Amino acid sequence: MTEQQPLLHMQGITKEYFGNRVLTDVTLDINRGEVLGLVGENGAGKSTLMNILFGMSVIVQTGGYTGSVSIDGKEVNFQNPFDALKAGIGMVHQEFSLIPGFTATENILLNGEILHDNIVTKIFGPRLKTLNLPEMRAIAEKSIELLGVEISPDTLVAEMPVGHKQFTELAREIHRPEMKLLVLDEPTAVLTESEAQVLLTSLRRLAATGIAIIFITHRLQEILDICDRIVILRDGQVVKEVATSDTDIGQVAELMVGRSVSAKSAATEDYNESTETILSVDQLWVDMPGETVRDVSLEVHKGEIFGIGGLAGQGKLGIPNGIMGLYPAGGAVILHGKPTRLNDPAAALAAGMAFVSEDRRGVGLLLEEALDWNIAFTAMQAQNKFLRPLLGGLIQWRDDKAIQNVATEYIKALDIKCTSTDQPAQELSGGNQQKICLAKAFAVQPDVLFVSEPTRGIDVGAKALVLEALRTYNRKNGTTIIMISSELEELRSICDRIAIVDEGRIAGILPPSATAKEFGLLMIGKVKSEANSHE
Amino acid sequence: MTRKTGFKDTISRLFIGNAVPIMFIILIAFAIPLSGFSSGYLIQEMVTRLGRDSFLVLSLLLPIMAGMGLNFGIVLGAMSGQIGIILVTNWGISGVGGLFLAMAVATPLAVLMGWIAGVVLNRAKGREMVTSLILGYFINGVYQLVVLYIMGKIIPIKNSAIVLSRGYGIRNAIDLKGMRQSLDKLIPLKIGDIPIPVATFIFIALLCLFIWWFAKTKLGHDMRAVGQDMAVAEDSGIKVERTRIIAIILSTVLACYGQIIFLQNIGTLNTYNSHDQTATFAVAALLIGGASVVRASIPNVFIGVILFHLMFVVAPVAGKELMGSAMIGEYFRVFVSYGIIAVSIVLYSWKRVKERERARRSLRGTKEL
Repeated sequence: MTEQQPLLHMQGITKEYFGNRVLTDVTLDINRGEVLGLVGENGAGKSTLMNILFGMSVIVQTGGYTGSVSIDGKEVNFQNPFDALKAGIGMVHQEFSLIPGFTATENILLNGEILHDNIVTKIFGPRLKTLNLPEMRAIAEKSIELLGVEISPDTLVAEMPVGHKQFTELAREIHRPEMKLLVLDEPTAVLTESEAQVLLTSLRRLAATGIAIIFITHRLQEILDICDRIVILRDGQVVKEVATSDTDIGQVAELMVGRSVSAKSAATEDYNESTETILSVDQLWVDMPGETVRDVSLEVHKGEIFGIGGLAGQGKLGIPNGIMGLYPAGGAVILHGKPTRLNDPAAALAAGMAFVSEDRRGVGLLLEEALDWNIAFTAMQAQNKFLRPLLGGLIQWRDDKAIQNVATEYIKALDIKCTSTDQPAQELSGGNQQKICLAKAFAVQPDVLFVSEPTRGIDVGAKALVLEALRTYNRKNGTTIIMISSELEELRSICDRIAIVDEGRIAGILPPSATAKEFGLLMIGKVKSEANSHE
Repeated sequence: MTRKTGFKDTISRLFIGNAVPIMFIILIAFAIPLSGFSSGYLIQEMVTRLGRDSFLVLSLLLPIMAGMGLNFGIVLGAMSGQIGIILVTNWGISGVGGLFLAMAVATPLAVLMGWIAGVVLNRAKGREMVTSLILGYFINGVYQLVVLYIMGKIIPIKNSAIVLSRGYGIRNAIDLKGMRQSLDKLIPLKIGDIPIPVATFIFIALLCLFIWWFAKTKLGHDMRAVGQDMAVAEDSGIKVERTRIIAIILSTVLACYGQIIFLQNIGTLNTYNSHDQTATFAVAALLIGGASVVRASIPNVFIGVILFHLMFVVAPVAGKELMGSAMIGEYFRVFVSYGIIAVSIVLYSWKRVKERERARRSLRGTKEL
């Protein structure tokens, strides 16, 4: 080797799933104290590569891989994630894996507790050693301090804001002295912009202590902000490895999708301003955990795309979830001049509203069912569509042919990549799953369509297609669309008006042509005055 | 304004948090004068029953900590304990020595039973309570086979006082002459007219101490983690299934000792019935003490035993006084204990709904201002 041996060296990794090649000859190096950005569209092979590194059972069960992984020059072959952990490789997942009723300390040292010996231990083994809480607390404190944040080690996780949970998770990985390499999979996905900034700063601090970091995210700007080097995967191959200083966001995005990303469509050129109110919301409150809505009043015009933005946790997601009856809500929602019943999803659907949930795997899709079923399901249940009367209307029979037709139509219209309409929804990639969710809502032919975080967790290329589909549908059918998104740029690219939610209330409504500064002030200005009112 | 609502909130939270014990205190407050019992008698009864039952109720705590709910499977431990007592009686060993020998003989059996229960419950995650209840009925059948046929035919039983006249099978009732209250009276003490079962109380105190200490061990800590989120515990390398099995084994073994303590106080073993109500009564007592399916503490145990047994003693007589029939009394006992479990579980759900509603109230924006 040359002057310095890399910490991690992956050489010629190739992996096939049932004859389907997902990684081809991937070679990757990372040095101590380096932050490596790993980017690629969904399905580009990022997760598979990480699964191989961690010895996840799914790799072994599907026939292993070819190529070699070495750490500090020694070849390793981990059989399970605990082996990897012992070798000093840790991972922070997108979802939290914390025990809610435990304190930060207890979570940071979960199953790595500092223990006292006692008499009983000699007879009954080490599991009867008692916990050394003061020492555990000290370690947790040190670990949190290393991140440069302030979290009391005695706070219960259940009582923490989302950001602190993410830091607790991170602290758990780095408290181990042998930790050498940290993999972060979309760590900022659940964070607000300011929290994400703090996290990025913490990661830089960690890298300065010699820990190598592999950073996976869809937020390209973050990659550019903190990474030393960027590795871009596309279709299972490394298409480019580049130093951050030699590239820019446009180039990375382009390499990722393999085609030039068109500039944002200038928003509202073909928007005919209607002032007819289709939906009005008055003093709405919604009890959605982590997205509480306190007092929201707004009016949505017929035929517009109305955007709702704001920082995470401020309640923007609670608005559609509350109106559609998925979480307990109160206040008044008036559609077409008629009040709709809250806390009753069936009534909301019957009134002519549809919802594409941000939780597409949980609420949005029947994961194990075929695509045609998924697409037709809501329309069938709520509106008795795709049903054939039998025996003179005595029995309603499912009209499989009509279901098939509508599914084929939407799959074509939305360019959904699948093998057939019989494919289970769980086999699709995130972007295609999202399109199925859209198709499902379109099939209801709603008057008002709520779309929540339509591009969350999907890649740049698919994002543009999803947004385009929404816009086309709006312009063609005149359907009023209310789109909720954490990404302001996305809202500005397709919405006619944008409301910013802060602290469970509407902070203001702006046209998309307003400057980023104006939006930013709405998001942040309130946050400051709120901090004061917290006594 | 805020302070006042805060105060009201605290009071209502206190009430909702302890709705079950408070309801029973009110009921008992009405029933005691009706029954006409003297306070001296009631205190004596309570002392006796605390000694008799606390150990059994304490055995329910560990599975709750491990997130497995109310362990109706403690009857498995009770049956193991009874087999121990039958064998020791057959060998003619009496006194405290016999009592401890019964415990020693029954322990391996209880461990085996606990292991079986643990393995079964691991296959029924999320439905532990009903599974353990039905498992208890099933093992009861095995137990009857053992005491009715195998004892005397395969396991030699020579003591004619306990074996049926046909030569095999155990008699319906066994007089535990030698063992009767051997532990209770090991250290004799009387306060006024009330005998105090000092040694039994020491035993119970030691168990409390053990549970308190156990919660601070690695194993106890793991149990809490498993109880709150099995997936996270598994991901961090805790052996979830093993930990759950250990929780059930410990519970079963403690219930086995609990049943032996219970029987030495009663002084008679009803071979085929003594264990019937063990789990139901212990669970009822714990719930009345303010515990829930997911949360139980040592104070819950003692409050529960006292309230449950006060009700148990007072209710039949009060019922008789009210209705004027002796049969009503017996009916009342059963009604009270099953009713208590049903009411407790319903109240528990109601409490959760209330808590959620209170949380929601804070969301309403302008209306409060």
